[in-house]
Amino acid sequence: MNMVQAINDALRTAMRGDDRVVILGEDVGRVGGVFRVTAGLFDEFGDERVIDTPLSENGIVGTAVGMALYGLVPVVEIQFADFIWPAYDQIVNELAKYRYRSGGEYPAKVVIRAPVGGGIRGGHYHSQHPEAPFIHVAGLKVVCPSSAYDAKGLLLSAIADPDPVLFFEPKRVYRAAKGEVPAGAFTVPLESAAVVRPGRHVTVLAYGAMLYEALDAASKAVAHGVEAEVIDLRTLWPVDVATVLDSVRRTGRLVVVHEAPRTCGFGAELVSLVVERAFYHLEAPPVRVTGFDTPFPYSLEMEYMPLSHRILPALLEAVRS
Amino acid sequence: MPPDDGVVRVLRDDLTLDPENDPGLSDAEVLHLYRHMVMTRLLDERLVALQRQGRIGFHVGSLGEEAAILGAAFAMRKNDFIFPCYREFGAALMRGFELGVFVHNMFGTAKDTVRGRQMPDHYTCRRVGWGSISSPVGTQITQAVGFAWGAKIRRQDVATLVYFGDGATSSSDFHSGMNFAGVFRVPTIFFCRNNGWAISVPVTRQTASRTFAEKGAAYGIPGVRVDGNDLFAVVATVRKALDRGVRGYGPTLIEAITYRMGGHSTSDDPNRYRGSEVLESWASRDPIGRVRAYLEKRELWDGAAEERLIAEVDNEFREAVAVAERTPPPPLESMFEDVYERPPWHLLEQRAQLLAGPRAPSPHS
Repeated sequence: MNMVQAINDALRTAMRGDDRVVILGEDVGRVGGVFRVTAGLFDEFGDERVIDTPLSENGIVGTAVGMALYGLVPVVEIQFADFIWPAYDQIVNELAKYRYRSGGEYPAKVVIRAPVGGGIRGGHYHSQHPEAPFIHVAGLKVVCPSSAYDAKGLLLSAIADPDPVLFFEPKRVYRAAKGEVPAGAFTVPLESAAVVRPGRHVTVLAYGAMLYEALDAASKAVAHGVEAEVIDLRTLWPVDVATVLDSVRRTGRLVVVHEAPRTCGFGAELVSLVVERAFYHLEAPPVRVTGFDTPFPYSLEMEYMPLSHRILPALLEAVRS
Repeated sequence: MPPDDGVVRVLRDDLTLDPENDPGLSDAEVLHLYRHMVMTRLLDERLVALQRQGRIGFHVGSLGEEAAILGAAFAMRKNDFIFPCYREFGAALMRGFELGVFVHNMFGTAKDTVRGRQMPDHYTCRRVGWGSISSPVGTQITQAVGFAWGAKIRRQDVATLVYFGDGATSSSDFHSGMNFAGVFRVPTIFFCRNNGWAISVPVTRQTASRTFAEKGAAYGIPGVRVDGNDLFAVVATVRKALDRGVRGYGPTLIEAITYRMGGHSTSDDPNRYRGSEVLESWASRDPIGRVRAYLEKRELWDGAAEERLIAEVDNEFREAVAVAERTPPPPLESMFEDVYERPPWHLLEQRAQLLAGPRAPSPHS
């Protein structure tokens, strides 16, 4: 099963198990989504639970918040994360703040799914990876799976979780990320990272599509005598800081990889967390391998992205210095 | 004769009710509404005074809009939900929100339902079907639509009423909310208090449309104009819209024509941008005065009753203020609660840091 099928399976499982779960988005109904993530759900659950909405992200999220206040569990699809900004006010000022600002009287639980990331020849408006602005917002949880198994297990956790969750799906590996995925309900807990490749010389933190680039770089580093430990963060916020620190305290070196621009990117927070808590374990300055502080380019996207060819030298540098 | 402008009016100058739209309120109902309108205005005055004395930080009042605000809420049923803007505390109290708890909100005490996390007038009261208040303009509109839409999907007989001002009709949430409600025939009543002003900006800077009600046409939603200073007309118009929604015909946009007789809030000085002449003409159509004249003519109310009511409200309010002023602010730990259902590690860590660290100076010392 690939990641698209796994997410579809998670949605079907959640909707069969809980009739409060509804899907809203553009093209999610009859056509099953532009990436076919919701394929077949319209036929099984009907147009009141799999809702083709008007083309308005602000309207989709605003009405989803209202449905959540009523007691439904809306799972919103934003067609591309690049289109999420008209809904930013509803997400930041409303959804994320509802429980707090109402003294707990109105918890608002919405899951917002959005494909993220580049490498699909999508240019600036179909390639952004905007986790950082949402991680910065008090009240949100942010998830980014890299495997089909995790995508299903994490999405089922996200839907069951009492808090609003941004669920970012790495579309570059939507179909390439394949694996065994159990049928029926199972969960992968939020807030838990996974050590996907053990190693003793340097810790690499990655997530989403870039996990595969980090793994590729780690396997090439072996020829240089470097054993990199690769951690898939899976839930970006709240991050599993214990797993990260445990690794860095053993390796003494840190490389962080993400597609989004560097400045104030999630890497900045990850490096700070490690430096504040494991400074005396560090043998070398942490290194960030990221997108550049430019808009996402079309023709030069492979140069923009922090792919294996840029991660490998960073690993070697971190170990050498 | 009233002008033939399509505006719904019921209470005539001769203090009789136009039978065409008479909502048929009982005397007891009119008295109930009148008492709450008087109470709302009195509390507005007292709260402004408290703000001027520096005892509360802020108040956003409803002077001149009492009939629009209370009449609309009165027309809704107990199981319906109301999504407020921020100028409608009088309607919340009428639906059963306790005055004492409201005053705790005005002081941001530990007993505030929102635990001192928001400015005054940003209380909530789910128990009486009252939403949570947000300062950004218009954001409650899409949410009110989603709430009623959710109920419709679940086959529950619940409608929503959403209050907003003329300024909010310029927001993207007004457009999105109207559009979604129209497409999905959601039982939401869009109640626009056209009070002439968005802080200092007049309605002519919000729209080139002739009326706000006509905006409904673009969304396939009927738009109705009502005299917002006519309590009977407001009740009748909202009831009609509610009936329409409940019977499955979808939303209605109501433009209640009224006037903001005070500033936008205690932080605003309307003398900087408008003259006082216009106030006189609106004062002659004061929504409370009109109902009082109606009641007095029918010998249901008099000066003594008014004095007793004011004394009652004043006593209750004074006591509530005294209680709030001796109630401590929320405990430090509460800052970290309700961000998530359970505080994650980073909030536990920050809470421990706050508790172990130095205390801030008192804002009033």
